[in-house]
Amino acid sequence: MPHRKSLGLIWRRLPQRYRLMGTKCTTCGTHFFPPRQWCPTCRRKGKIVEHRMKGKGLVYSYTVVRVPQQGFAMESPYVLAIIELNEGPKLTAQICDISPEEVEIGMPVKAVFRKISEDGNTGIIHYAYKFLPDVKA
Amino acid sequence: MERVAIVGIGQTKFGEHWKLSLRDLMAEAGGKAVGDAGIAGKEIQAIYGGTMSTGRMIGQEHIGALIADSMGLNPIPSTRVENACASGGTALREAYLAVSGGHYDLVVAGGVEKMTDVYTEQASLALGGAADQEWEVFFGATFPALYALIATMHMHKYGTTEEQLARVAVKNHHNGSLNPLAQFPFEVTIEKVMASPKVSDPLKLLDCSPITDGAAAVILASERTAKKICDNPIWINGSAQASDTLALHDRKDLCTLNASVVAGREAIAQSGLKLNEIDLAEIHDCFTIAEICAVEDLGFVKKGEGGKAMETGMFDLNSEISVNPSGGLKACGHPVGATGIKQAVEAVEQLRGDAGKRQVKGAKTALTHNVGGSGATCVVHIFSKIARGDS
Repeated sequence: MPHRKSLGLIWRRLPQRYRLMGTKCTTCGTHFFPPRQWCPTCRRKGKIVEHRMKGKGLVYSYTVVRVPQQGFAMESPYVLAIIELNEGPKLTAQICDISPEEVEIGMPVKAVFRKISEDGNTGIIHYAYKFLPDVKA
Repeated sequence: MERVAIVGIGQTKFGEHWKLSLRDLMAEAGGKAVGDAGIAGKEIQAIYGGTMSTGRMIGQEHIGALIADSMGLNPIPSTRVENACASGGTALREAYLAVSGGHYDLVVAGGVEKMTDVYTEQASLALGGAADQEWEVFFGATFPALYALIATMHMHKYGTTEEQLARVAVKNHHNGSLNPLAQFPFEVTIEKVMASPKVSDPLKLLDCSPITDGAAAVILASERTAKKICDNPIWINGSAQASDTLALHDRKDLCTLNASVVAGREAIAQSGLKLNEIDLAEIHDCFTIAEICAVEDLGFVKKGEGGKAMETGMFDLNSEISVNPSGGLKACGHPVGATGIKQAVEAVEQLRGDAGKRQVKGAKTALTHNVGGSGATCVVHIFSKIARGDS
């Protein structure tokens, strides 16, 4: 059963998924990615503006997914990680171009633009960020 | 607030029920609970039914109405409650609130999931609905992967080992082997867990709870009604629920499920008990690492010491505190929406002294802990043979 998604569902997240467009609360200075519309600390006193993340960070935790979800069979096994961006927020993404045993917590990584999955054989191809090992700062 | 007791319990066998539909499972569990309470059924005033994903699993929504209909209880109000894997615990809490608030004297809290009518891949996709679709699942996260991210961090930070994770499965399978309603009533060894296929490192197949069909139901009564119709009521002396960020990556500390910390603390405070007075706990072990985090979050051991505590046997049946005497989600099975109610059924059976070979000796108090997703919802209940405020 293909798990078909509408175009709107995909298009509306392109700025975030293609360019790491997040948000920032100018009241307290906290960055948000994935973006938040409300600052959980400042609430109504917060002022949220768009802020593009630079795409550099460290591996916070990781796993090697060996039983993939639908649409990811071609990638399996793949390294899935929580990345802590230099701006502060954390996100979930794959680390690519690396063998699983080379990944470690605290490893520097940088964002790249990659194919994520396919919505069945004839559906939309999803693109977004993955991360590559980066040179040590 | 009215004091509330459980006066009837019912549960189906957990497993792969090829011959039973969702409707059949609910009718069986509900019928057993009504029979156990010794009532006709028509006295029941409302129903709260927990289920996570019937739409994705069998195409059926509107489960509240289906429960009332299949149990022949129209026209009483009947409501579906959904909080992912904590749907059952949340249904129990909604029923508790309705009775303790004085709105009803006799209500049913039920839980059900029919998961084997779809292929495993479809069931996994439906379960993925408990995670963040836009920011986790889209990028390739599966449920085992999310708990594996917690496990990796726990091992890194506290030196927890894969053998200590395996120890949770060994303990829960031992308990499950004594439970006639368990899906997997057999023992496993550490070696067998360690040699099982890797799912998402460091988690292996036998670190994971299974896909299960099943239903459970409990009947809640106000103090006045309980004392009239029941000679062995088990009291709900604490009921608390908390939330956290939907996505795991937004947590300050991956190894702490803050919703568990908050709900556990509040439920214990309501009960007037101290944590060391709890005799048994049914804990949400959807993965072995989840049980290790939970015994820490609830305060049974300090953060980081859960793995070692498993090794010492602190949580084995009839040791310091018996954790998951039913076999837990791991061995008893995890029909998602039914799990939170099954935990209450186990607590009541244990406190009545009716748990057979897996009886926790002299059990007077029990705690149940039901988690949704990777920890975005947690519901904790405290049960006792003695009503809150009595001694």
